[in-house]
Amino acid sequence: MTEKAEDRKPLLSKKIDKFFTGLADAWNFVRRFFKEVFIPPYEFKEVVHQCYRIGVESLPLIALTGFIVGIVFTNQSRPSLSEFGATSWLPSLISIAVVRAMGPLVTALIAAGKVGSSIGAEIGSMKVTEQIDAMEVSATNPFKFLVVTRVLATTFMIPVLVMFTDFVALMGSFLSVNANENVSMLTFFIQVFDAISFLDIISSVLKALLFGFTIGIVGCYKGYNSSKGTEGVGRAANAAVVMAMFLIFIEELLVLQIVNAIRMM
Amino acid sequence: MEEKVIEARNLMKSFGDLDVLKGVDLDLLKGENLVVLGKSGSGKSVLIKIMVGLLKQDSGAMRVLGKDVANLGVKELNKLRLKIGFSFQNSALYDSMTVKENLEFPLVRNIKNLSRKEKDKKIEGLLDSVGLPQSINQMPSELSGGQKKRIGVARTLILEPEIMLYDEPTAGLDPITCMDINNLIVQVREEYNTSSIVITHDLTCAKVTGDRQAVLLDGQFDAVGTFEEVFPHAEDKRIKSFYDYNFINS
Repeated sequence: MTEKAEDRKPLLSKKIDKFFTGLADAWNFVRRFFKEVFIPPYEFKEVVHQCYRIGVESLPLIALTGFIVGIVFTNQSRPSLSEFGATSWLPSLISIAVVRAMGPLVTALIAAGKVGSSIGAEIGSMKVTEQIDAMEVSATNPFKFLVVTRVLATTFMIPVLVMFTDFVALMGSFLSVNANENVSMLTFFIQVFDAISFLDIISSVLKALLFGFTIGIVGCYKGYNSSKGTEGVGRAANAAVVMAMFLIFIEELLVLQIVNAIRMM
Repeated sequence: MEEKVIEARNLMKSFGDLDVLKGVDLDLLKGENLVVLGKSGSGKSVLIKIMVGLLKQDSGAMRVLGKDVANLGVKELNKLRLKIGFSFQNSALYDSMTVKENLEFPLVRNIKNLSRKEKDKKIEGLLDSVGLPQSINQMPSELSGGQKKRIGVARTLILEPEIMLYDEPTAGLDPITCMDINNLIVQVREEYNTSSIVITHDLTCAKVTGDRQAVLLDGQFDAVGTFEEVFPHAEDKRIKSFYDYNFINS
């Protein structure tokens, strides 16, 4: 028993060491991002290129998902509200749910899967095939060119995608409400905007910025630190998605507490 | 006295418990091709990565073109790197870019006042000299191993380096393509007047491309000299077996 406990101790100790070393590495990576982002030269062209890739290429998937979310959420909420004869509240309910939580969350989770994994795999593959070293020996700062540009692009584009998702989800919801409750578009959107406040929009945008930063930095960190050949690239892509999604849920919870506290003031 | 472009003195490098370089001394003279031979994992690639500052030695000195690489700041190191061409083992072409964009990348980032016409002329000239003018718009994934190596060499030559470092230039290639790459290395020296280090374990490559051979064994250079001095009459069993197992003896 004692021997077994002794055997386990170093392993546990090693795991704890690994955890804290990983945490310190990640912290240093984030610190390096904030240092490099302000130091010239600035890679404007590459940021625009990455914004295009991340934003425009994600648009069809985000639009379809947002549209379905709007319809499904409306159809799922209708029976409960109709029990109280309150289906006229549907636009307000959907508006609050989509703008405050579902829009940012759904967009961020879809983007974590699509964009986060693609960043992790791309940078991971560049790392194991020495493309990052090649960039460095040609006097280019690979951190600035690969990491800073991608993190900036996700940070800028996720809020834009969130706004788009919100709009498309509300359009999906409108179609359902219009078909069942015969409500005009003008009435629907008047109720939608009556239900939400400036704080809802601002908190949604700020949350989207945070989610975008998280998706970018986690994807880049996992890719930049990948090793062990193609297996490592797969792991990096997978870890980028899992870690980003996990952090997004934690951030959602924290931001909710902060916004609720502000609302109560 | 001949000018030394690279000088390594008592270079040591370990990874964890593994001592890779155990006091390496090396000189590369201006205009010569030096071949560094050794088994896989003997530290050959580590040595040239220290030369360009991708790795840092634990102790000892590495001077390249008179600069102490380990003590250079980022700007000075980047300045020095522009004078060194590094041809990677797996070519390390940027796989999201075409051949043209790969060649253009170091150019546009380091030489600001070139016109579009001048850039195109330079790229086309280099592709001609490595024998692949038709590949200009191809993606790296569409190229064969030998073609990738050639484009990799062309990309390093675009900034007209004074020193070329080739990491396993013939690894994984068929004998005919190996010969093409060997000839390219010789041609690069003649056309671009470079001094080169060729890392390899291929004795044919060593014989064709090298003025001098240096054999890295157990973390130190065991034998240094011309091919004839080092190999055919080697007394050290490890060097002899290296020679005997190569095609060159058959």
